[in-house]
Amino acid sequence: MNRPSLAWKLYIAAFYLFLFAPLMIVAIFAFNASPFPSPPWRGFALEWFTGSGTVFGKPGVLVDPIWLSSIGNSFKVAIPVALLAVLLGTVNAWVLERAEFRGKTFLAMMMLWPLVIPGVVLGISILAFFSRLANGLEDWLQTDLDFLRPGLGLVVLGQLSFILTITTLIIAARLRKFDRSLEEAAFDLGATRMRVLRTVTLPFLWPALIGAGLVALLMSFENFNTTLMLVGSEAPLPITMYGQMREGASPAINAVSLLLMLGVGGIAGVFALTSKAER
Amino acid sequence: MTMRPAQRLALFLLLAPAILWLGLLIVLPHVEILILSFSERVAPRVYAFGVGNYLEFFTEPLYWRTFARTAFMSILVTALTLVLAFPIALYIARVAQGRLKAMLLLLCLLPFWVSELVRTLGWMMLLRETGVISYALRSVGLANQPVELLYNDGAVILGLVYGGLLFMIVPLANALESLEPAVVEAGYDLGGSRWTVLRRIVIPHAMPGIVAGCIIVFMLTVGNFATPVLLGGKNGLWFTEQIYAQFITRFNWPQGAAFGMLLLLLSSAIVWLGLRLTGQSLGTTLKQA
Repeated sequence: MNRPSLAWKLYIAAFYLFLFAPLMIVAIFAFNASPFPSPPWRGFALEWFTGSGTVFGKPGVLVDPIWLSSIGNSFKVAIPVALLAVLLGTVNAWVLERAEFRGKTFLAMMMLWPLVIPGVVLGISILAFFSRLANGLEDWLQTDLDFLRPGLGLVVLGQLSFILTITTLIIAARLRKFDRSLEEAAFDLGATRMRVLRTVTLPFLWPALIGAGLVALLMSFENFNTTLMLVGSEAPLPITMYGQMREGASPAINAVSLLLMLGVGGIAGVFALTSKAER
Repeated sequence: MTMRPAQRLALFLLLAPAILWLGLLIVLPHVEILILSFSERVAPRVYAFGVGNYLEFFTEPLYWRTFARTAFMSILVTALTLVLAFPIALYIARVAQGRLKAMLLLLCLLPFWVSELVRTLGWMMLLRETGVISYALRSVGLANQPVELLYNDGAVILGLVYGGLLFMIVPLANALESLEPAVVEAGYDLGGSRWTVLRRIVIPHAMPGIVAGCIIVFMLTVGNFATPVLLGGKNGLWFTEQIYAQFITRFNWPQGAAFGMLLLLLSSAIVWLGLRLTGQSLGTTLKQA
């Protein structure tokens, strides 16, 4: 088995071509000087990135308010999601690795559960529950509670519901490797609990915290299923892309996609570096 | 277990985020759609308990056919993904060495960190009537008019298999990694053919990875929305689309909630069945991935 046949090698090559063909096509046609995202090739242009719309009738990504605002909305969701997921995930990891109480196995099982729920179902259940909550509270308090209605706030909660599982698992895995005697030594040397946490435990967890944050950021940025059910009038990037793809988009969508690929590549690079530091 | 009050408070504070998270974002919302799915509208703004939403599902052919179609196509996609991914995983785990191995795995990971919508856009640009493949066929003379490859079941399956590959390759490669080369050698020494060794030694050893990969791919496929809708167009007919239509387009939440419960049931049933048949636990399965 250690000498692969030619057919096997050809299959591997064909497979990687298959894997990258759609992404290459998307990237290449971002530079096509044509009003449509399709062949033939009409020459190289940056119009779909920076053009003002005088040439093809529609502006490029970096000047079009529709794309800019949805990129902004994605950040408005992804940054709170990543921060909360790391903060709460660290507490959860602590519960899983350090605390002793009855029902811990059950809680650990429950924490895995969100991963086996389809994203669409997570979306509708949170939508339905929070509108019941909003209706009840509004009747009671006699005020409008718009943050419980579909919108970016609800999108943050919806994405957090399953991203928290991921960050909890990443941070717990790191915490498990921690040598408790290091903390003991710090205590013996007279350090307070806070100081031990700050100078011994957190520095050890740091790579996992960064890694978990980056994973949360990426997952939030590309989440579609749950987000679709919870969006209000402000659409994050995947929702805008979906809308444009249904209508038949201009090559501006290729330009957005290329920027997204570069961003993801950059984050993946940072992630690879932090996980190397972890070893 | 006896605890001092201070310890009790500390434990309570540590548990608070997990309880708020699982309670407010998972358990109560699911209780809500369960209740919602059993409520029927008897008069404007008046709802009563009833199984009407589920009856509607079984009596309206469009609904149950879409459900059955989604389940069937997802099983097909899972099987195809397994067959396509196995030689790749075997190569990465058993043949490739050192830097080539790391690079092959990394190259597999990269496309999957990019949004599902970008990948789907790529397939749309390749397959549609004005797309790259149609154009290429015309320019080499294999076709004399535009060829529409989009908006059919083949395109949907292609897109879904593409989206599932990584989630199959990684657990498969992990499982195959631990196979002792000596065991494979022994299989050949005892006169086993390539096929016999594969069937009697390699595949049984990879079973945990196969189960993990199949479960994950099935779950992702059944719950997918964008790929079948965009690549299948009107012919996509995916069950998540029905849920979306009831909730967002028609504003019939009880019906949509019933559909949601059915999808959850389908997805959980297959996961449970897969784990049962092979005697694995959810925890270890998720760790494989």
